[in-house]
Amino acid sequence: MCLAVPGKIVSITPGEGLERSGRVSFGGVIKEVNLAFVPEAQVGDYVMVHVGFALSRVDEREAEQIFAYLAELEAQEPAGDAVSAELPPRYSGE
Amino acid sequence: MRFIHEYRDARAARRLAAAIARTTTCPWTIMEVCGGQTHTIVKFGVDELLPPQITLVHGPGCPVCVTPLELIDKAVEIASIPGVIFCSFGDMLRVPGTHGDLLAARARGADVRVVYSPLDALAVARAHPRRQVVFFAVGFETTAPANALAVVQAQRQGVRNFSLLVAHVLVPPAMEAILASPGNRVQGFLAAGHVCTVMGYEEYRPLAARYGVPIVVTGFEPLDILQGVYMCVRQLEEGRAEVENQYVRSVRPQGNRAARELIAQVFCVVPRRWRGIGEIPKSGLGLQPAYADFDAERRFGLAGRGVEESTECRSGLVLQGVLKPPQCPAFGTRCTPEHPLGATMVSSEGACAAYYRYRRVPAQGAL
Repeated sequence: MCLAVPGKIVSITPGEGLERSGRVSFGGVIKEVNLAFVPEAQVGDYVMVHVGFALSRVDEREAEQIFAYLAELEAQEPAGDAVSAELPPRYSGE
Repeated sequence: MRFIHEYRDARAARRLAAAIARTTTCPWTIMEVCGGQTHTIVKFGVDELLPPQITLVHGPGCPVCVTPLELIDKAVEIASIPGVIFCSFGDMLRVPGTHGDLLAARARGADVRVVYSPLDALAVARAHPRRQVVFFAVGFETTAPANALAVVQAQRQGVRNFSLLVAHVLVPPAMEAILASPGNRVQGFLAAGHVCTVMGYEEYRPLAARYGVPIVVTGFEPLDILQGVYMCVRQLEEGRAEVENQYVRSVRPQGNRAARELIAQVFCVVPRRWRGIGEIPKSGLGLQPAYADFDAERRFGLAGRGVEESTECRSGLVLQGVLKPPQCPAFGTRCTPEHPLGATMVSSEGACAAYYRYRRVPAQGAL
């Protein structure tokens, strides 16, 4: 219900205030999305889209923080740690 | 897809899981509030990566699941009025009411339509000026800005045949109801990332302080959830109870100002009954007096009616994290997605549906 999917703004449709909208690409699937709540978002930005509305601009710098965090964790790992242990079979990148 | 796949990296997931295991010294129970997070956890086996001392319990964060029976009944009643076009998100159609669901109403001839957005329902109203078009406004704070904007547009465009059946619910009062209940086991929360995208997370600080629980605003991909758990466990182990933000790529401390202003313009806080839990004060949104003309309950004379709920479905206990779905005697036998007793088995985000889909243990006697 609170599902929101990141997509890239490919164009902004003329329109002001509550009518502001644009075309957003979700891995190649293009949808018209209301952009009233992200007045700062521009073409090329990624936005989180829920029921046809962009709710936030994805902060691309902040999106990297988890990987910096992971690098810190790697530095803390004891030698020979169980990070290579088996994963549950259901776990995949799909 | 960018901002999805990089957060599903198995090696990184193992690294986070190992860090959680190194940090954990005693048992902790953590609740993920949002049904979307529950599904990620069960689908990707995130809980199976965690050390045995960490228990994840599933929260009430599925608006479909907590919509009270009386509102489903009102939806069916309104949809059955000749000439009405009833628009809804798809996941509400199979939620059982006292006498069937919206899908059954459609089978009897009601004009029930599935829409992706409230603006689609508004477009239906503009296209059919002689018919009453009603949109079933369910959802948490995440969905409220979209519904608020549809109402404001309807008013500006003079669309008089459009109204909302409002069933909006708010997350923090439900979290407080869980913390205040005598049987509470929850020691830390993963707060709902998209609710906080709209609302920010300042309102969680008093909750964290009053009940001494860490609250970590968390995203929806496997790595988000593992990092959220790690941050929560670190707080628990260090004896801290603070509000932290894991989901920084989408959530700002104050949320989305434009969206919050529109919610406040159109909606006001009201008491709301939650399915399986009961009435929680100040836990819902209703239309402001200035927009009362768009209230379907008033328009169709259904305000102030209530009904009692069935007793066989234990979803109230599931929604409060007291019971795991397979512990319900009806799970997978008398209650399945095809023949649900309650909304937690219907909704694509319900905890019972998640367990049925990804964790089904064959019933005794099954081949």
